[in-house]
Amino acid sequence: MSQSLVAMTETAVRLALGMVGLALFLTFIRLVRGPTLPDRVVALDLMGVLAVGMIAAYAVATNQPVLLDPATVLALVGFLGTVAFAGFLERRGRDE
Amino acid sequence: MSEQISAALLLIGAFFMLLAGLGVLRLPDLFMRLQAATKASTLGVGCMLLAVAVHFQDLAVTTRTTLVIAFFCVTAPVGAHMIARAAYAAGVPLWEGTIADELGERRRAARDPAPGRTAEPPAPASAPTVEGHQPP
Repeated sequence: MSQSLVAMTETAVRLALGMVGLALFLTFIRLVRGPTLPDRVVALDLMGVLAVGMIAAYAVATNQPVLLDPATVLALVGFLGTVAFAGFLERRGRDE
Repeated sequence: MSEQISAALLLIGAFFMLLAGLGVLRLPDLFMRLQAATKASTLGVGCMLLAVAVHFQDLAVTTRTTLVIAFFCVTAPVGAHMIARAAYAAGVPLWEGTIADELGERRRAARDPAPGRTAEPPAPASAPTVEGHQPP
């Protein structure tokens, strides 16, 4: 019984990691394609959030709650980066 | 039982994150992409962190996940609003099917008050379209 539950968690984690990885790939395409600078900023912001989700899934997979600390830091840094980019856009405009 | 809940929350969260990535790639203009990226990814990351809390069932872990979820719920709208505001001010084009542009109308009204001609129809849809995207 317990063995099957562990197998279920493992399957769920694998599926979740695959889905988040696919989302990361799609977002990366948007990051490369642009077409304007704010588009790239949005894509980069989303990539940070997706990375937090990936770390959460990985924490479940490896049974390591320590991995949540990097997730917290990544969330903080991602928000600060977004705010900095928004201020930069405010001054610079949309081109490249 | 908690294992099932944790697995289900993980899958739900990952699904919403996939939705966010798909929206960012496929939606036709920056503001729609921004709303997909913000809302769907906040829900997705909230579900996944909740799954972590359910999986470990430990006070320290639950505290940290709650903290991160609350942080995302507070910062995601703020960051999205800042980006949208800066992008609109920089003149990022709207989708050609856009039917409402209240900020643009207000800005135009503030720029030339012109008491004589008030019957001018708003023309927000004249902005150039984003490359390569056709309206569905």
